[in-house]
Amino acid sequence: MSYKTIEEINEKVRAGKAVVLTAEEMIDIVEEKGVKQAAKEVDVVTTGTFGPMCSSGAFINFGHSDPPIKMTKVWLNDVPAFAGLAAVDAYIGATELSESRGMEYGGAHVIEDLIAGKDIHLVAESYGTHCYPRKEISTYINKNNINQAFMFNPRNAYQNYNAATNSSNKIMYTYMGTLLPRCGNVTYSTSGQLSPLLNDPLYRTIGIGTRIFFGGAQGYVVWEGTQHNPEQKRGENGVPMGPAGTLALIGDLKQMSTKYVRAAVYQQYGVSIFIGVGIPIPIIDEDMAEKTAVRNKDIYTNVIDYSVSSGPRPVLKRVSYEELMSGSIELNGKTVPTAPLSSIKKAREIANVLKEWILKGEFLLTQPVASLPLTNTVNKLEIRNRTEGVQNEKD
Amino acid sequence: MKKIKVTMYFPANKIAIPLAYHLIKNYNLMVNILNADVSLNKVGTLVVDIEGEEKDIEAGLKYVRQIGAEYAVFNKSIIWKEESCVHCGTCTAVCPSGALKMDKSDWSLTFDKEKCLVCELCVKACPLRVMSVKNGDII
Repeated sequence: MSYKTIEEINEKVRAGKAVVLTAEEMIDIVEEKGVKQAAKEVDVVTTGTFGPMCSSGAFINFGHSDPPIKMTKVWLNDVPAFAGLAAVDAYIGATELSESRGMEYGGAHVIEDLIAGKDIHLVAESYGTHCYPRKEISTYINKNNINQAFMFNPRNAYQNYNAATNSSNKIMYTYMGTLLPRCGNVTYSTSGQLSPLLNDPLYRTIGIGTRIFFGGAQGYVVWEGTQHNPEQKRGENGVPMGPAGTLALIGDLKQMSTKYVRAAVYQQYGVSIFIGVGIPIPIIDEDMAEKTAVRNKDIYTNVIDYSVSSGPRPVLKRVSYEELMSGSIELNGKTVPTAPLSSIKKAREIANVLKEWILKGEFLLTQPVASLPLTNTVNKLEIRNRTEGVQNEKD
Repeated sequence: MKKIKVTMYFPANKIAIPLAYHLIKNYNLMVNILNADVSLNKVGTLVVDIEGEEKDIEAGLKYVRQIGAEYAVFNKSIIWKEESCVHCGTCTAVCPSGALKMDKSDWSLTFDKEKCLVCELCVKACPLRVMSVKNGDII
Protein backbone atom coordinates (compact mmCIF):
# COMPACT_ATOMS: atom_id res chain seq x y z
CA MET A 1 0.00 0.00 0.00
CA SER A 2 1.10 3.50 -0.75
CA TYR A 3 1.83 5.91 2.08
CA LYS A 4 3.14 9.05 0.43
CA THR A 5 3.26 10.78 -2.89
CA ILE A 6 6.36 12.56 -4.13
CA GLU A 7 4.53 15.86 -3.68
CA GLU A 8 3.76 15.08 -0.04
CA ILE A 9 7.42 14.22 0.54
CA ASN A 10 8.49 17.48 -1.13
CA GLU A 11 6.14 19.48 1.11
CA LYS A 12 7.96 17.99 4.10
CA VAL A 13 11.33 18.77 2.47
CA ARG A 14 10.30 22.41 1.93
CA ALA A 15 9.13 22.62 5.53
CA GLY A 16 12.39 21.10 6.76
CA LYS A 17 10.47 18.19 8.28
CA ALA A 18 11.44 15.33 5.99
CA VAL A 19 13.11 12.28 7.53
CA VAL A 20 16.10 11.52 5.36
CA LEU A 21 18.50 8.60 5.87
CA THR A 22 21.38 7.18 3.88
CA ALA A 23 20.90 3.68 2.49
CA GLU A 24 23.22 2.34 5.20
CA GLU A 25 21.29 4.05 7.98
CA MET A 26 18.06 2.65 6.50
CA ILE A 27 19.33 -0.91 7.03
CA ASP A 28 19.52 -0.33 10.78
CA ILE A 29 16.12 1.38 10.98
CA VAL A 30 14.36 -1.41 9.10
CA GLU A 31 16.08 -3.98 11.26
CA GLU A 32 15.08 -2.15 14.41
CA LYS A 33 11.55 -1.05 13.56
CA GLY A 34 10.47 -3.31 10.76
CA VAL A 35 9.53 -2.50 7.18
CA LYS A 36 6.05 -1.20 7.95
CA GLN A 37 7.10 1.32 10.57
CA ALA A 38 10.20 2.39 8.59
CA ALA A 39 8.00 3.06 5.53
CA LYS A 40 5.80 5.35 7.61
CA GLU A 41 8.62 7.23 9.32
CA VAL A 42 11.25 7.58 6.60
CA ASP A 43 10.62 9.88 3.64
CA VAL A 44 13.82 9.65 1.62
CA VAL A 45 16.81 7.29 1.42
CA THR A 46 19.95 8.63 -0.22
CA THR A 47 22.40 6.49 -2.18
CA GLY A 48 25.85 7.12 -3.61
CA THR A 49 28.55 5.72 -5.81
CA PHE A 50 32.01 6.89 -6.86
CA GLY A 51 33.60 4.61 -9.39
CA PRO A 52 35.30 4.66 -12.77
CA MET A 53 32.70 5.21 -15.50
CA CYS A 54 34.27 5.17 -18.96
CA SER A 55 31.15 6.10 -20.88
CA SER A 56 31.27 9.75 -19.90
CA GLY A 57 32.00 13.04 -21.60
CA ALA A 58 30.92 16.63 -22.04
CA PHE A 59 29.35 18.83 -24.70
CA ILE A 60 30.97 22.25 -24.98
CA ASN A 61 30.04 25.34 -26.97
CA PHE A 62 33.12 27.53 -27.37
CA GLY A 63 31.44 30.70 -28.67
CA HIS A 64 32.29 32.28 -32.02
CA SER A 65 35.61 33.90 -32.86
CA ASP A 66 35.98 36.89 -35.18
CA PRO A 67 36.12 36.02 -38.02
CA PRO A 68 34.23 32.82 -37.22
CA ILE A 69 35.26 29.22 -37.87
CA LYS A 70 33.23 26.08 -38.55
CA MET A 71 35.39 23.74 -36.50
CA THR A 72 35.77 20.35 -38.17
CA LYS A 73 38.64 19.07 -36.05
CA VAL A 74 39.11 20.07 -32.44
CA TRP A 75 41.79 19.37 -29.84
CA LEU A 76 41.63 20.30 -26.17
CA ASN A 77 45.08 20.16 -24.53
CA ASP A 78 46.04 17.96 -27.47
CA VAL A 79 43.16 15.53 -26.85
CA PRO A 80 40.88 15.17 -29.89
CA ALA A 81 37.24 16.12 -29.33
CA PHE A 82 34.37 15.15 -31.64
CA ALA A 83 33.40 18.16 -33.77
CA GLY A 84 30.90 16.67 -36.21
CA LEU A 85 28.27 19.07 -34.92
CA ALA A 86 27.45 22.74 -35.48
CA ALA A 87 30.31 25.22 -35.92
CA VAL A 88 31.55 25.62 -32.35
CA ASP A 89 29.98 22.63 -30.58
CA ALA A 90 32.13 19.66 -29.60
CA TYR A 91 31.99 16.56 -27.42
CA ILE A 92 35.02 15.61 -25.37
CA GLY A 93 34.95 11.93 -24.45
CA ALA A 94 36.52 10.81 -21.18
CA THR A 95 38.59 7.96 -22.63
CA GLU A 96 40.06 9.87 -25.61
CA LEU A 97 43.87 9.94 -25.34
CA SER A 98 46.23 12.87 -25.77
CA GLU A 99 48.07 12.85 -29.11
CA SER A 100 51.31 13.89 -27.42
CA ARG A 101 51.13 12.37 -23.92
CA GLY A 102 49.30 9.13 -24.71
CA MET A 103 47.70 7.32 -21.81
CA GLU A 104 48.93 9.71 -19.14
CA TYR A 105 46.44 12.41 -20.15
CA GLY A 106 43.05 12.14 -21.81
CA GLY A 107 39.56 13.53 -22.14
CA ALA A 108 38.88 12.81 -18.47
CA HIS A 109 41.80 15.06 -17.50
CA VAL A 110 40.50 17.82 -19.79
CA ILE A 111 37.12 17.56 -18.03
CA GLU A 112 38.71 17.62 -14.58
CA ASP A 113 40.89 20.61 -15.55
CA LEU A 114 37.85 22.44 -16.93
CA ILE A 115 35.93 21.88 -13.70
CA ALA A 116 38.99 23.07 -11.76
CA GLY A 117 38.80 26.35 -13.70
CA LYS A 118 42.12 25.84 -15.49
CA ASP A 119 42.90 27.26 -18.93
CA ILE A 120 42.65 24.63 -21.67
CA HIS A 121 44.46 24.97 -25.01
CA LEU A 122 41.90 24.86 -27.83
CA VAL A 123 43.12 24.12 -31.33
CA ALA A 124 40.69 23.74 -34.23
CA GLU A 125 40.87 23.33 -37.99
CA SER A 126 38.38 23.86 -40.77
CA TYR A 127 38.09 23.90 -44.56
CA GLY A 128 36.63 27.42 -44.50
CA THR A 129 33.24 28.40 -45.88
CA HIS A 130 31.71 31.66 -47.11
CA CYS A 131 29.93 32.07 -43.79
CA TYR A 132 32.82 30.70 -41.66
CA PRO A 133 35.99 31.91 -43.39
CA ARG A 134 38.57 31.09 -40.68
CA LYS A 135 40.51 27.88 -41.27
CA GLU A 136 42.39 27.48 -38.03
CA ILE A 137 42.40 28.75 -34.49
CA SER A 138 44.63 28.37 -31.42
CA THR A 139 43.49 29.91 -28.15
CA TYR A 140 42.73 29.18 -24.52
CA ILE A 141 39.37 28.50 -22.94
CA ASN A 142 38.15 27.94 -19.42
CA LYS A 143 34.76 27.30 -17.87
CA ASN A 144 34.08 31.01 -17.45
CA ASN A 145 34.60 32.09 -21.05
CA ILE A 146 32.83 29.26 -22.88
CA ASN A 147 29.07 28.98 -23.29
CA GLN A 148 27.35 25.75 -22.26
CA ALA A 149 29.42 22.92 -20.87
CA PHE A 150 27.37 19.98 -19.74
CA MET A 151 28.38 16.47 -18.97
CA PHE A 152 26.29 13.95 -20.87
CA ASN A 153 27.26 10.44 -19.88
CA PRO A 154 25.69 7.66 -21.93
CA ARG A 155 26.32 4.95 -19.33
CA ASN A 156 26.84 5.55 -15.61
CA ALA A 157 25.84 3.96 -12.32
CA TYR A 158 25.87 0.36 -13.50
CA GLN A 159 23.44 -1.75 -11.53
CA ASN A 160 25.89 -4.39 -10.35
CA TYR A 161 29.01 -5.54 -12.17
CA ASN A 162 31.16 -8.65 -12.43
CA ALA A 163 34.12 -9.29 -10.17
CA ALA A 164 37.32 -10.06 -12.07
CA THR A 165 40.14 -12.57 -11.79
CA ASN A 166 42.79 -14.03 -14.09
CA SER A 167 43.52 -17.76 -14.23
CA SER A 168 46.32 -17.47 -16.81
CA ASN A 169 50.03 -17.49 -16.03
CA LYS A 170 50.52 -13.90 -17.13
CA ILE A 171 49.70 -10.65 -15.39
CA MET A 172 46.79 -8.77 -17.01
CA TYR A 173 46.28 -5.01 -17.07
CA THR A 174 42.56 -4.30 -17.43
CA TYR A 175 39.86 -1.76 -16.67
CA MET A 176 39.27 -3.93 -13.60
CA GLY A 177 42.78 -3.06 -12.43
CA THR A 178 45.86 -5.27 -12.41
CA LEU A 179 44.87 -8.94 -12.32
CA LEU A 180 47.63 -11.12 -10.95
CA PRO A 181 48.40 -14.49 -12.57
CA ARG A 182 46.95 -17.82 -11.37
CA CYS A 183 43.95 -16.10 -9.76
CA GLY A 184 46.28 -14.11 -7.51
CA ASN A 185 43.58 -11.55 -6.78
CA VAL A 186 39.95 -10.64 -7.39
CA THR A 187 38.79 -7.08 -8.03
CA TYR A 188 35.25 -5.73 -7.79
CA SER A 189 33.60 -2.38 -8.36
CA THR A 190 30.52 -1.42 -6.38
CA SER A 191 29.22 0.69 -3.56
CA GLY A 192 27.02 -2.30 -2.73
CA GLN A 193 24.27 -1.47 -0.26
CA LEU A 194 24.81 2.24 -1.02
CA SER A 195 24.54 1.86 -4.79
CA PRO A 196 21.66 3.79 -6.42
CA LEU A 197 20.17 1.12 -8.69
CA LEU A 198 20.69 -1.68 -6.16
CA ASN A 199 18.37 0.22 -3.82
CA ASP A 200 15.65 0.55 -6.45
CA PRO A 201 16.26 -2.67 -8.34
CA LEU A 202 13.10 -2.56 -10.45
CA TYR A 203 13.31 1.17 -11.23
CA ARG A 204 10.09 2.07 -9.42
CA THR A 205 11.23 5.56 -8.40
CA ILE A 206 14.31 6.20 -10.53
CA GLY A 207 13.34 7.04 -14.09
CA ILE A 208 13.71 9.58 -16.84
CA GLY A 209 13.74 13.06 -15.34
CA THR A 210 14.90 12.01 -11.87
CA ARG A 211 16.96 14.76 -10.23
CA ILE A 212 20.24 13.47 -8.83
CA PHE A 213 23.58 14.39 -7.27
CA PHE A 214 25.93 14.41 -10.23
CA GLY A 215 29.61 15.24 -9.87
CA GLY A 216 28.86 17.61 -7.02
CA ALA A 217 26.06 19.44 -8.87
CA GLN A 218 22.39 18.70 -9.38
CA GLY A 219 21.85 16.69 -12.55
CA TYR A 220 19.23 14.48 -14.11
CA VAL A 221 18.61 11.00 -15.44
CA VAL A 222 17.85 11.52 -19.14
CA TRP A 223 17.48 8.03 -20.52
CA GLU A 224 18.24 4.40 -19.91
CA GLY A 225 22.00 4.05 -20.21
CA THR A 226 23.68 2.19 -23.05
CA GLN A 227 23.76 -1.61 -22.59
CA HIS A 228 20.80 -1.27 -20.19
CA ASN A 229 20.08 -4.91 -19.42
CA PRO A 230 17.07 -5.17 -17.09
CA GLU A 231 16.47 -8.81 -18.02
CA GLN A 232 19.60 -9.91 -16.15
CA LYS A 233 18.95 -12.83 -13.78
CA ARG A 234 17.63 -11.51 -10.47
CA GLY A 235 17.38 -12.84 -6.95
CA GLU A 236 14.13 -13.08 -5.00
CA ASN A 237 14.74 -9.56 -3.72
CA GLY A 238 14.74 -8.28 -7.31
CA VAL A 239 18.44 -7.47 -7.19
CA PRO A 240 20.25 -8.49 -10.39
CA MET A 241 23.12 -10.95 -10.07
CA GLY A 242 25.30 -9.36 -12.75
CA PRO A 243 25.56 -6.21 -14.87
CA ALA A 244 21.97 -4.99 -15.42
CA GLY A 245 20.41 -1.52 -15.56
CA THR A 246 22.40 1.59 -16.48
CA LEU A 247 21.64 5.31 -16.59
CA ALA A 248 22.34 8.12 -19.04
CA LEU A 249 23.00 11.25 -17.00
CA ILE A 250 23.19 14.97 -17.69
CA GLY A 251 24.41 17.89 -15.62
CA ASP A 252 26.08 21.29 -15.70
CA LEU A 253 29.84 20.78 -15.75
CA LYS A 254 30.40 24.37 -14.56
CA GLN A 255 28.64 23.57 -11.27
CA MET A 256 30.58 20.36 -10.65
CA SER A 257 33.49 19.85 -8.29
CA THR A 258 36.78 18.03 -8.73
CA LYS A 259 35.99 16.40 -5.39
CA TYR A 260 33.46 14.29 -7.26
CA VAL A 261 34.89 14.10 -10.79
CA ARG A 262 38.41 12.70 -11.09
CA ALA A 263 40.41 11.54 -14.09
CA ALA A 264 41.87 8.07 -13.85
CA VAL A 265 44.54 6.09 -15.69
CA TYR A 266 44.53 2.30 -15.76
CA GLN A 267 47.90 0.84 -16.60
CA GLN A 268 48.06 -0.37 -20.23
CA TYR A 269 44.29 0.09 -20.55
CA GLY A 270 43.87 3.81 -20.78
CA VAL A 271 41.98 6.74 -19.35
CA SER A 272 38.70 6.65 -17.47
CA ILE A 273 36.91 8.95 -15.06
CA PHE A 274 35.58 8.62 -11.54
CA ILE A 275 32.12 10.14 -11.32
CA GLY A 276 30.21 10.74 -8.13
CA VAL A 277 26.52 9.91 -8.47
CA GLY A 278 23.91 10.01 -5.72
CA ILE A 279 20.22 9.32 -6.17
CA PRO A 280 17.49 9.98 -3.62
CA ILE A 281 14.86 7.30 -3.28
CA PRO A 282 11.45 8.43 -2.05
CA ILE A 283 9.99 5.91 0.40
CA ILE A 284 6.52 5.88 -1.12
CA ASP A 285 5.50 2.51 0.32
CA GLU A 286 6.61 -0.58 2.21
CA ASP A 287 8.14 -2.10 -0.88
CA MET A 288 10.59 0.79 -1.25
CA ALA A 289 11.41 0.65 2.47
CA GLU A 290 12.25 -3.01 2.07
CA LYS A 291 14.22 -2.48 -1.13
CA THR A 292 16.33 0.34 0.34
CA ALA A 293 17.27 -1.86 3.30
CA VAL A 294 19.22 -4.17 1.00
CA ARG A 295 22.49 -5.36 2.55
CA ASN A 296 25.80 -6.38 1.03
CA LYS A 297 25.10 -9.98 1.97
CA ASP A 298 21.90 -9.89 -0.15
CA ILE A 299 23.71 -8.66 -3.28
CA TYR A 300 25.50 -11.21 -5.43
CA THR A 301 27.80 -11.07 -8.39
CA ASN A 302 29.86 -13.45 -10.49
CA VAL A 303 33.61 -13.84 -10.39
CA ILE A 304 34.59 -13.88 -14.05
CA ASP A 305 37.84 -15.15 -15.54
CA TYR A 306 39.16 -12.24 -17.61
CA SER A 307 41.95 -14.34 -19.14
CA VAL A 308 39.44 -15.92 -21.52
CA SER A 309 39.38 -13.43 -24.37
CA SER A 310 37.08 -15.19 -26.80
CA GLY A 311 33.60 -16.57 -26.23
CA PRO A 312 31.74 -16.11 -22.98
CA ARG A 313 34.09 -15.61 -20.06
CA PRO A 314 33.64 -18.44 -17.57
CA VAL A 315 31.95 -17.76 -14.25
CA LEU A 316 34.23 -19.17 -11.56
CA LYS A 317 32.00 -18.47 -8.59
CA ARG A 318 28.96 -16.56 -7.39
CA VAL A 319 29.74 -14.44 -4.34
CA SER A 320 28.03 -11.80 -2.22
CA TYR A 321 29.50 -8.34 -1.77
CA GLU A 322 29.80 -9.06 1.92
CA GLU A 323 32.21 -11.86 1.03
CA LEU A 324 34.12 -9.68 -1.47
CA MET A 325 34.39 -6.83 1.05
CA SER A 326 35.78 -9.14 3.73
CA GLY A 327 39.18 -8.91 2.01
CA SER A 328 39.38 -12.43 0.59
CA ILE A 329 37.26 -15.17 -0.93
CA GLU A 330 37.74 -18.88 -1.45
CA LEU A 331 38.39 -19.74 -5.09
CA ASN A 332 39.20 -23.28 -6.20
CA GLY A 333 40.17 -24.20 -2.65
CA LYS A 334 42.54 -21.23 -2.31
CA THR A 335 42.12 -18.04 -0.28
CA VAL A 336 42.37 -15.20 -2.78
CA PRO A 337 42.68 -11.54 -1.73
CA THR A 338 40.01 -9.17 -3.01
CA ALA A 339 40.39 -5.47 -3.80
CA PRO A 340 37.80 -2.78 -4.49
CA LEU A 341 37.98 -0.38 -7.45
CA SER A 342 35.13 1.93 -6.47
CA SER A 343 35.48 4.21 -3.44
CA ILE A 344 33.02 3.31 -0.70
CA LYS A 345 34.37 6.16 1.41
CA LYS A 346 33.39 8.66 -1.29
CA ALA A 347 30.07 6.89 -1.93
CA ARG A 348 29.22 7.42 1.76
CA GLU A 349 30.28 11.05 1.52
CA ILE A 350 28.00 11.55 -1.51
CA ALA A 351 25.00 9.89 0.17
CA ASN A 352 25.57 12.20 3.15
CA VAL A 353 25.97 15.36 1.05
CA LEU A 354 22.74 14.54 -0.77
CA LYS A 355 21.05 13.92 2.56
CA GLU A 356 22.19 17.36 3.76
CA TRP A 357 20.91 19.03 0.59
CA ILE A 358 17.48 17.49 1.11
CA LEU A 359 17.41 18.27 4.83
CA LYS A 360 18.22 21.90 4.05
CA GLY A 361 15.43 22.02 1.46
CA GLU A 362 17.92 22.71 -1.35
CA PHE A 363 17.07 19.56 -3.26
CA LEU A 364 13.55 18.44 -4.14
CA LEU A 365 12.55 14.98 -5.27
CA THR A 366 11.08 14.25 -8.68
CA GLN A 367 8.42 12.01 -10.10
CA PRO A 368 9.91 10.32 -13.19
CA VAL A 369 8.56 11.68 -16.47
CA ALA A 370 8.77 8.17 -17.92
CA SER A 371 9.92 4.82 -16.57
CA LEU A 372 13.11 3.00 -17.47
CA PRO A 373 12.38 -0.10 -19.52
CA LEU A 374 12.09 -3.42 -17.67
CA THR A 375 12.50 -5.40 -20.84
CA ASN A 376 15.54 -5.12 -23.06
CA THR A 377 18.45 -7.39 -23.77
CA VAL A 378 21.92 -6.52 -24.97
CA ASN A 379 22.82 -7.39 -28.54
CA LYS A 380 26.19 -8.78 -29.53
CA LEU A 381 28.07 -7.32 -32.47
CA GLU A 382 28.05 -10.04 -35.06
CA ILE A 383 30.70 -10.02 -37.78
CA ARG A 384 28.72 -10.85 -40.90
CA ASN A 385 28.09 -10.13 -44.58
CA ARG A 386 25.55 -7.62 -45.80
CA THR A 387 22.02 -8.94 -46.30
CA GLU A 388 19.68 -7.56 -48.97
CA GLY A 389 16.69 -5.41 -48.15
CA VAL A 390 15.67 -3.64 -44.97
CA GLN A 391 15.87 -5.39 -41.63
CA ASN A 392 13.09 -4.24 -39.36
CA GLU A 393 12.32 -6.22 -36.27
CA LYS A 394 8.72 -5.02 -36.17
CA ASP A 395 7.89 -6.27 -39.70
CA MET B 1 69.54 1.96 17.43
CA LYS B 2 69.09 2.12 13.71
CA LYS B 3 66.71 0.39 11.33
CA ILE B 4 67.32 -0.25 7.65
CA LYS B 5 65.57 -2.16 4.91
CA VAL B 6 67.79 -4.36 2.77
CA THR B 7 67.38 -6.66 -0.21
CA MET B 8 69.85 -9.53 -0.15
CA TYR B 9 70.72 -11.62 -3.19
CA PHE B 10 72.13 -15.12 -2.78
CA PRO B 11 73.93 -17.01 -5.51
CA ALA B 12 72.26 -20.37 -6.17
CA ASN B 13 74.96 -22.27 -4.24
CA LYS B 14 74.60 -20.17 -1.08
CA ILE B 15 70.95 -20.56 -0.30
CA ALA B 16 71.66 -23.30 2.23
CA ILE B 17 73.42 -20.85 4.60
CA PRO B 18 71.10 -19.83 7.46
CA LEU B 19 71.88 -16.18 7.05
CA ALA B 20 69.14 -14.72 9.21
CA TYR B 21 70.18 -17.01 12.05
CA HIS B 22 73.79 -15.76 11.91
CA LEU B 23 72.76 -12.13 11.75
CA ILE B 24 70.59 -12.56 14.82
CA LYS B 25 72.91 -14.76 16.86
CA ASN B 26 76.35 -13.40 16.02
CA TYR B 27 75.60 -9.75 15.30
CA ASN B 28 72.81 -9.10 17.78
CA LEU B 29 70.45 -7.81 15.07
CA MET B 30 66.69 -7.92 14.89
CA VAL B 31 65.83 -9.36 11.50
CA ASN B 32 62.32 -9.19 10.15
CA ILE B 33 61.83 -11.04 6.88
CA LEU B 34 59.41 -9.06 4.71
CA ASN B 35 59.65 -11.06 1.53
CA ALA B 36 61.55 -14.15 0.50
CA ASP B 37 61.97 -15.69 -2.91
CA VAL B 38 64.22 -18.67 -2.43
CA SER B 39 64.17 -21.82 -4.52
CA LEU B 40 66.71 -24.46 -5.40
CA ASN B 41 69.28 -23.62 -8.06
CA LYS B 42 68.03 -20.07 -8.46
CA VAL B 43 69.28 -16.75 -7.22
CA GLY B 44 67.46 -16.14 -3.95
CA THR B 45 66.26 -12.76 -2.78
CA LEU B 46 65.36 -11.79 0.73
CA VAL B 47 63.89 -8.45 1.75
CA VAL B 48 64.44 -7.74 5.44
CA ASP B 49 64.22 -5.05 8.05
CA ILE B 50 67.39 -5.02 10.14
CA GLU B 51 67.41 -3.24 13.47
CA GLY B 52 70.34 -2.85 15.82
CA GLU B 53 73.35 -0.77 16.83
CA GLU B 54 75.00 0.93 13.88
CA LYS B 55 78.31 -0.93 14.33
CA ASP B 56 76.46 -4.27 14.52
CA ILE B 57 74.55 -3.50 11.32
CA GLU B 58 77.83 -2.62 9.56
CA ALA B 59 79.49 -5.81 10.74
CA GLY B 60 76.44 -7.87 9.81
CA LEU B 61 76.35 -6.49 6.29
CA LYS B 62 80.08 -7.12 5.95
CA TYR B 63 79.40 -10.73 6.86
CA VAL B 64 76.72 -10.93 4.15
CA ARG B 65 79.34 -9.93 1.57
CA GLN B 66 81.89 -12.33 3.06
CA ILE B 67 79.73 -15.38 2.46
CA GLY B 68 79.34 -14.36 -1.18
CA ALA B 69 75.90 -12.78 -1.08
CA GLU B 70 75.11 -9.25 -2.23
CA TYR B 71 72.86 -6.67 -0.69
CA ALA B 72 71.31 -3.33 -1.49
CA VAL B 73 70.07 -0.96 1.18
CA PHE B 74 66.73 0.58 0.30
CA ASN B 75 67.29 4.17 -0.61
CA LYS B 76 63.88 4.71 -2.07
CA SER B 77 60.50 5.06 -0.50
CA ILE B 78 56.90 5.27 -1.66
CA ILE B 79 55.17 8.59 -1.15
CA TRP B 80 51.37 8.55 -0.82
CA LYS B 81 49.77 11.89 -1.65
CA GLU B 82 46.92 11.25 0.72
CA GLU B 83 45.09 14.54 0.16
CA SER B 84 44.56 13.64 -3.52
CA CYS B 85 43.58 10.02 -2.87
CA VAL B 86 39.97 8.95 -3.44
CA HIS B 87 40.41 5.73 -1.45
CA CYS B 88 39.22 3.48 -4.26
CA GLY B 89 41.49 0.64 -3.19
CA THR B 90 42.81 -0.30 -6.63
CA CYS B 91 46.40 -0.25 -5.32
CA THR B 92 45.58 -2.87 -2.69
CA ALA B 93 45.07 -5.38 -5.51
CA VAL B 94 48.78 -5.41 -6.28
CA CYS B 95 50.47 -4.68 -2.94
CA PRO B 96 52.38 -7.89 -2.10
CA SER B 97 53.11 -7.10 1.55
CA GLY B 98 49.80 -5.75 2.79
CA ALA B 99 51.34 -2.31 3.36
CA LEU B 100 48.39 -0.84 1.48
CA LYS B 101 45.11 -1.93 2.99
CA MET B 102 41.52 -0.77 3.35
CA ASP B 103 40.42 0.20 6.85
CA LYS B 104 37.06 -1.58 6.99
CA SER B 105 35.62 0.82 9.55
CA ASP B 106 35.44 3.75 7.14
CA TRP B 107 36.87 2.31 3.92
CA SER B 108 39.91 4.58 3.97
CA LEU B 109 43.15 3.45 2.42
CA THR B 110 45.90 2.94 4.98
CA PHE B 111 49.61 2.82 4.20
CA ASP B 112 52.02 1.11 6.58
CA LYS B 113 55.48 2.28 5.47
CA GLU B 114 57.15 -0.32 7.68
CA LYS B 115 55.65 -3.12 5.61
CA CYS B 116 56.36 -1.47 2.24
CA LEU B 117 58.81 -3.36 0.01
CA VAL B 118 59.10 -0.44 -2.43
CA CYS B 119 58.20 -2.81 -5.26
CA GLU B 120 56.56 0.18 -6.98
CA LEU B 121 53.59 -1.84 -8.27
CA CYS B 122 51.19 0.62 -6.64
CA VAL B 123 52.79 3.54 -8.48
CA LYS B 124 51.67 2.10 -11.80
CA ALA B 125 48.41 0.62 -10.54
CA CYS B 126 47.05 3.80 -8.92
CA PRO B 127 44.52 5.31 -11.35
CA LEU B 128 44.76 8.71 -9.68
CA ARG B 129 48.57 8.84 -9.81
CA VAL B 130 48.88 9.64 -6.11
CA MET B 131 51.63 7.09 -5.38
CA SER B 132 55.20 8.00 -6.32
CA VAL B 133 58.76 6.88 -5.62
CA LYS B 134 61.12 9.13 -3.72
CA ASN B 135 64.84 8.59 -3.89
CA GLY B 136 66.37 8.94 -0.47
CA ASP B 137 69.90 9.20 0.88
CA ILE B 138 69.93 6.73 3.73
CA ILE B 139 72.65 4.33 2.51
